[in-house]
Amino acid sequence: MSTPKKITAAAAAALLALSLASCGSSEAEGCPQIKEGVLTIATDEPVYGPWFDNNEPENGKGYEAAVAYAVAKELGYSADKVEWVRVPFNNVVAPGCRNFDFDINEFSITEERAKVIDFSTGYYDVTQAVITVAGSKIENAKSIADLQGAKLGAQVGTTSYTTITDVIKPTVDPSVFDTNDIAKQALANGQIDGLIVDLPTAFYITAVDLKNGKIVGQFPAKAGGEQFGLVLSKGSVLTEKVSKAVDALRADGTLAKIEDQWLAAGASAPVLK
Amino acid sequence: MTYRPSALQLQRDAAKRRASRRSIAIALLSTLLLGLTLTLIVINAQGFDAVREAFFNPHYAKKALPRVAEGILLNLKVLFIAEFFVLLFGLAIAIARTTTSPILYPLRLAATIYTDIFRGMPLLLVLLLVGLGIPGLHINGVPTSAVFLGVFALILTYTAYVAEVLRAGIEGVNPTQRQAARALGLSQGQTLRHVVLPQAVRNVSPPLLNDLVSLQKDSGLISVLGAVDAIRAATIETAISYNFTPYLVAGAFFVLLTIPLTRYTDWLIRRQDRAQKAQGLF
Repeated sequence: MSTPKKITAAAAAALLALSLASCGSSEAEGCPQIKEGVLTIATDEPVYGPWFDNNEPENGKGYEAAVAYAVAKELGYSADKVEWVRVPFNNVVAPGCRNFDFDINEFSITEERAKVIDFSTGYYDVTQAVITVAGSKIENAKSIADLQGAKLGAQVGTTSYTTITDVIKPTVDPSVFDTNDIAKQALANGQIDGLIVDLPTAFYITAVDLKNGKIVGQFPAKAGGEQFGLVLSKGSVLTEKVSKAVDALRADGTLAKIEDQWLAAGASAPVLK
Repeated sequence: MTYRPSALQLQRDAAKRRASRRSIAIALLSTLLLGLTLTLIVINAQGFDAVREAFFNPHYAKKALPRVAEGILLNLKVLFIAEFFVLLFGLAIAIARTTTSPILYPLRLAATIYTDIFRGMPLLLVLLLVGLGIPGLHINGVPTSAVFLGVFALILTYTAYVAEVLRAGIEGVNPTQRQAARALGLSQGQTLRHVVLPQAVRNVSPPLLNDLVSLQKDSGLISVLGAVDAIRAATIETAISYNFTPYLVAGAFFVLLTIPLTRYTDWLIRRQDRAQKAQGLF
């Protein structure tokens, strides 16, 4: 008769002790650097051109790989003191301190997102563009209105998608894809009429990946502009330093030089009215 | 004459009642204590506020609700259309596999190869092959809609599962049933229709409903082809705000849809139990 009572009491005591122990630890002072003396940089898996080359951020080729190493150098880390980790999107924006010092993967800065994570200052001014294949019904579209009756697609979680819903406002429900790989196939198959991507990706896909690919046009720049920023844990001790490094790289022309090297230099696409 | 329990029986009953009251009290107490302690641990955890903010934010729940609700309608549409054809084709294949005539051997062989392949192949691969492969052939008149092709892929995969469940049901019917029916003058077809199938389907209805629940959740996988279901809608909302509450909204919908189905399954099993106990071995 007394045995169940004893067990219950003992279990309760143990659990209570555990719960008290967990309130003991105090709030940390911002998210710390992952490893002393090493800069831990994150990106997704896989990554694509022209931002990275051959899915190997370690080779420093491609625009974002080059920017990442330039930021590291500015912060005082030589290339061999940089460590890459692969972190999927959801893990980048999850609450709490993350397992990287900063993440570089075409993250667009928005005010709403900045409530959850830290952004560095922008390292790239981006505009969105629509691409298609020869023979599509939007091949000769000149204005945003020309796109409204088309079946459009974009990658999930991108500002390309919000460009469809907020700027184009099409009459046909857009398709939303996990990756641009599947989206490209759907475009080649004629399952969608057009695909929205950022302009450098548009140049890359139409030149490298798609047969008969064609850039229809780019969208006028948003008020205030859209920028890619490096992502850091909310309250990271590095946010300010990383932002300063990006600012310095912009000021001394390094960012422009990297852009000339990796992003279709001087290329432009007609602006959709 | 009415039944009057003896004094001893009354004592026994009272002791039983006391024991049952005590175990209920202990069960209640231990449940309460465990619940309370777990709650304390969670809300006192260092990151509790951040996690609550990220996963249980009423503002974002409200914002995501219309879009996620629209998505769940697609899940339901896909579920019903797919389930109808899955049951139809599954039954046809199960019957084909349980035929015995030598003439029908090619049919049995084809049905066996089909179930082997599609039960083993990951659904995601079937979805990509069907959803991107078929339109890639550019054949005139073949639909390219993501929903249509996605449903087709779901039917291909789930028919294989359901056919095996139904086959097990058919083979589980005692052979004497078939013999008795034939002895009574029923044709092969009549025996199948009126004697074998009713018992077979009843015996396997719990696993069939299990497959239905599983299909309900997998219906969302067609989003890889571009269709926007409840989970994809939640992903879209999360990408705008970087807040995960929309996923919880979608999850709540799925749980709400699953509960009636599982309760119905339980009820079906109980009824079947009772029927069998009442009638002996069927």
